[in-house]
Amino acid sequence: MTITTIETKMEKPLFGTVRVKRGFARMQKGGVIMDVTNVEQAQIAEDAGAIAVMVLDKLPADVRAAGGVARMCDPKRIQEVMDHVTIPVMAKCRIGHYMEAKILEVLGIDMIDESEVLTPADDAHHIDKWEFTVPFVNGCRDLGEALRRIAEGASMLRTKGEAGTGNVAEAVKHIKLVMGKIRELKGLSEEQLLDMAKEYRVPIDLVKETARLGRLPVVNFAAGGIATPADAALMMHLGADGVFVGSGIFKSKDPAKRAESIVIATTYWDDPKIVLEASKMISEENSMIGIDIKTLKPEQMMQVRGV
Amino acid sequence: MKTLRIGVLALQGDVSEHIDITNTTLREMGLEGEAVIVKEKDRLDEIHGLIIPGGESTTIGRIAERYGMISKIKNAAFAGMPIFGTCSGLILMAKKVRDAKIGEMNQPTLGLLDVEVIRNAFGRQRESFEISLKIPKIGKNPFPGVFIRAPAIASILSKDVEVLASYEDKIVAVQQNNLIGIAFHPELTDDTRLHEFFIEMILKSPFKDRISKANS
Repeated sequence: MTITTIETKMEKPLFGTVRVKRGFARMQKGGVIMDVTNVEQAQIAEDAGAIAVMVLDKLPADVRAAGGVARMCDPKRIQEVMDHVTIPVMAKCRIGHYMEAKILEVLGIDMIDESEVLTPADDAHHIDKWEFTVPFVNGCRDLGEALRRIAEGASMLRTKGEAGTGNVAEAVKHIKLVMGKIRELKGLSEEQLLDMAKEYRVPIDLVKETARLGRLPVVNFAAGGIATPADAALMMHLGADGVFVGSGIFKSKDPAKRAESIVIATTYWDDPKIVLEASKMISEENSMIGIDIKTLKPEQMMQVRGV
Repeated sequence: MKTLRIGVLALQGDVSEHIDITNTTLREMGLEGEAVIVKEKDRLDEIHGLIIPGGESTTIGRIAERYGMISKIKNAAFAGMPIFGTCSGLILMAKKVRDAKIGEMNQPTLGLLDVEVIRNAFGRQRESFEISLKIPKIGKNPFPGVFIRAPAIASILSKDVEVLASYEDKIVAVQQNNLIGIAFHPELTDDTRLHEFFIEMILKSPFKDRISKANS
């Protein structure tokens, strides 16, 4: 995954380059990004070994329960978290909400999640992310969505799963779809790759690059429904570069231990003995109560937002 | 000569980037060898040198401490193992760590380099940047410095520490005997000169022969 750029002589510092933005995402690899709603939770996350925190107004499970319009978190609350932890701080803006993103950039957030967990501000378009100095992470359910978001300037991706459910099934489906389609690309001819670019509505060079690398050209985490160390290790096993845990930690009854156990399982996902050890740190009785996806009405599905 | 094995600490961070550039550098130098992932402490007995990648120093430090790697890496360093830390690697190697905003840090570190490091010394992600650096030890051509929420070296605590590079008023690369610590990310570029510098150091190190003998 070497980023090749023209090595010109840089007399003055260059900010917000593709290398600096995608590079930030690379530093997150193998780690856990945790959803938090306040300073106290952010400090628990940092102490447990989170690589970054995502500040929200409400955890996805509460967004789901509350209904109504979910918007960007109050900037004052985000600022408080920024003032109290040393790890990167991320925040969500609504899909297509250019102005929320600009506010977060000026605030100095380290990465913006243009997220389907919030109510979309634009049903047809995502934000043009190239002009921003701050990097973006976007959700995807399949390779087409992933490549479209990269083409719009996303520096990192996460498979969507179904946020706030504590059910890993959709996350599994989405990472398998993305990884499977990438494997298929490898065997295609130039002509077929061109067909894929047309089908996905993305530049052919992006399709070719993905085929050549055998992976997405940006870091891809898993998200949406991860609630236990075993869930996290499973997503790593399926090819995720790291995991986002939303409601899974602070909707459980043992957040500090759970956060730590998920960090350990994400690092040592390929050693079942250590995943077992991590699983023993917590109790299933304390896990968040999950939702069977089949009981959700179509309008309750967050993953269909922003394709 | 025996096959060179260069470990990359793989608890979190941009591990594959370091594996790739190290393998490329070995090939360019015409050396037989490979970069290997180090996740368990026993793997530390099988390598001739260690790279600590970029990532989050608090995350890497905590896992390393939990699995007994801190003391093991320390012992290897005292025995002369060459160690190369980039960004969070530099933070983990430093004797003293402070955060630009939060202040004194109480995070697990190796405490090997006689320097005081300031975390997030240049600011947050939007202040991350690329700049040409002068690193006389590796040649006249400028080196592409990629700084991502980078630390900097605020002060040097011993005369054994040699400054390799500075940017404006900040020290961003140092060497102390068998240890190299830098604030930026050569593994995100195509420039292999710093990895070559590290591998040269391994080749000259007496530590290499001891390990080879132990494993033969």
